[in-house]
Amino acid sequence: MSNLTQIRKAENIARKKRLRILWLCFAVILVVLPLLATKFGLTILTQICVASVFALAYNMLLGQGGMLSFGHAVYFGLGGYASIHLMEYVGTGGAPIPLVLTPIFGGLFGLVAALLIGSFSTRRAGTVFAMISFGIAELVAASAIILVGFFGGEEGMSSDRTMGPSFFGYEMIPQIEVYYFAAVWFFLATFAMYYFSRSPAGRMANAVRDNAERAQFIGYNPQKIRLVSFVASGFFAGIAGGIFAIQYEIVTDSNLNTAASGLVMLQAYIGGIGYFVGPVIGAIVMTLLNTVVSGMTDLWLLYTGLLFIGTVLLAPNGLTGLIMMHTDAYRNGKLSTLVKPYLIGLIPLTASFVGIISLVEMFSHRNEQTVGDDVMPLFFMNIDVSTSEAWIAFTILSLAGIIGLRFTIPMVRTAWHEANEALTLPASPTKQEGAKNE
Amino acid sequence: MNNAISLTDLRKSFGQMEIIRGVHLDIKKGERHAIIGPNGAGKSTLFHLISGHYQPSSGSVILNDEEIGGVMPYDIYRKGLARSFQVTNIFPNLTVYENVRCGALWACGHGYSFWQQVENLEDVNLKTEEILEKINLTHRHNVPASLLAYAEQRALEIGITLAGGADVIMLDEPTAGMSIGETEQAVELIRSVTEGKTLVIVEHDMGVVFDLADRISVLVYGEIIATDTPAAIRTNKLVQEAYLGTEVTADA
Repeated sequence: MSNLTQIRKAENIARKKRLRILWLCFAVILVVLPLLATKFGLTILTQICVASVFALAYNMLLGQGGMLSFGHAVYFGLGGYASIHLMEYVGTGGAPIPLVLTPIFGGLFGLVAALLIGSFSTRRAGTVFAMISFGIAELVAASAIILVGFFGGEEGMSSDRTMGPSFFGYEMIPQIEVYYFAAVWFFLATFAMYYFSRSPAGRMANAVRDNAERAQFIGYNPQKIRLVSFVASGFFAGIAGGIFAIQYEIVTDSNLNTAASGLVMLQAYIGGIGYFVGPVIGAIVMTLLNTVVSGMTDLWLLYTGLLFIGTVLLAPNGLTGLIMMHTDAYRNGKLSTLVKPYLIGLIPLTASFVGIISLVEMFSHRNEQTVGDDVMPLFFMNIDVSTSEAWIAFTILSLAGIIGLRFTIPMVRTAWHEANEALTLPASPTKQEGAKNE
Repeated sequence: MNNAISLTDLRKSFGQMEIIRGVHLDIKKGERHAIIGPNGAGKSTLFHLISGHYQPSSGSVILNDEEIGGVMPYDIYRKGLARSFQVTNIFPNLTVYENVRCGALWACGHGYSFWQQVENLEDVNLKTEEILEKINLTHRHNVPASLLAYAEQRALEIGITLAGGADVIMLDEPTAGMSIGETEQAVELIRSVTEGKTLVIVEHDMGVVFDLADRISVLVYGEIIATDTPAAIRTNKLVQEAYLGTEVTADA
């Protein structure tokens, strides 16, 4: 037995142990979180579960398989519509199926749709795939308006989740029960998607993403590999659609149009497509923007766009990439040395953020207001946009923040490099676990 | 038949240009066969035709008594022919270990399985470790392939090709761009890993060719002008003319 075999076996055991702990933590968080949440919070948490499953499914294509889809909401939406039909069927006494199983039905519907469409769209990756996905998305979105029988036209389709037979006394009437229903499916789907990514088909999806030509010369048909990923992704997108259908009891064309497809792409990308958990982080952040921030300001879409552009330009590995930048420092035991520089760096960053956002909000208020309504709430204050004091104050704050950043960024950078340095010394090779592309 | 590969009147045109102009060649089972020729003679094109990367315009390619002209590359691979590339062709974002493991997956019979975990596939992992040992990359197993040094990437290229355990190995300029020391190592590696297999190699380094090959074919302007033992090729008049008067010697 070679040395590497022993190392691999030891690493494998450690890995499995670590994974078991992670899964347990994940489950505990899902169980405990709603106990801390308000009713509104509970709705948001449920929404995060749906968005996370969908974003993870999307990333099976983009991150793992190198397929940029502009139309993945099609499978989410079709899964959702199918689920509504199932709920309606069960509700009118068609069959005694417990509705907690709805997502499986949505998933199978998404799977079949993905199999049909994927059979030709996965022939190529890259631009061809992206264009086909966009075309299909437009086609299905248009059909959703026209084909009233299945899609219900512009009003969409609605049903009632409480009409089915109860599942061991579980009827999904209060929101907390809906949350736990979503959380269980979130957990199951994440589990399945993770183990898919570790399977031969999942690993080969990475290989085909990197170099489809070479994959052909080690026995794999790249199209089939892409199709397997695509179908699996359609299945999980359909599951997400099924959870959504249960939560909202209505699915409309806005759930499968290109805007919905764009949103999931943003979520996956902002979270970080190179990491398995990336899309979940993106889904959490975007859902919060979508629900909490949208309640505070009409400009939330602007901030979403800025966040996306900022991610593409400054953190191409997404928010998860920013977190994972610190694994080396953590391994070196130097993470604590970063706290002080980060806190100092946070001051001008916050100042410039508050300053610029305030100016933008005030500008927007001045243009959108009804005449005479000059006072607006902003960061726990009431600001009068007609006077120049506030304008001057926030301009100074922004400038001070930006100037401050010029001084703190090099300091933060140096501190980060110092914290990571020890690893550049030739350590024993087994210690370099490196960035794993999981 | 004891031919591993048999080409009959093989032709390939790109538009008006005929690059491979009626090649006849028999490569015996278990021999190490080198294909040499001046730049632009069509050596790589010939490789692409045999391995399924290009489709022949006409003629036949037979692998172990089976016609493979026009067959897809992955099907040819499944029939027992693996090849490497002249320009390094690896999976840049995967680790060295995963690169080789991908090469071993199909041959170990795991196909498109999505219900198993690669960590638990003992046969694949042992095969991967065996290959890594052979290509001397064990200590680099966790490094992303894109970060390897050039010679290491070349070794990995060969490793991916070998991981599937194919009977017929085709290497396209495996030592291109290597230093003398690295070349020697590579030749030793190729010699040891192709023991008992059929090797077809395209190579510019005549030292490597005459050292390694049992037989040599000379390809000039899309035609094989001679196929013989190294000693006979060295003295062949036609071959010497083809190399524009420069003598084909072991140290050229």
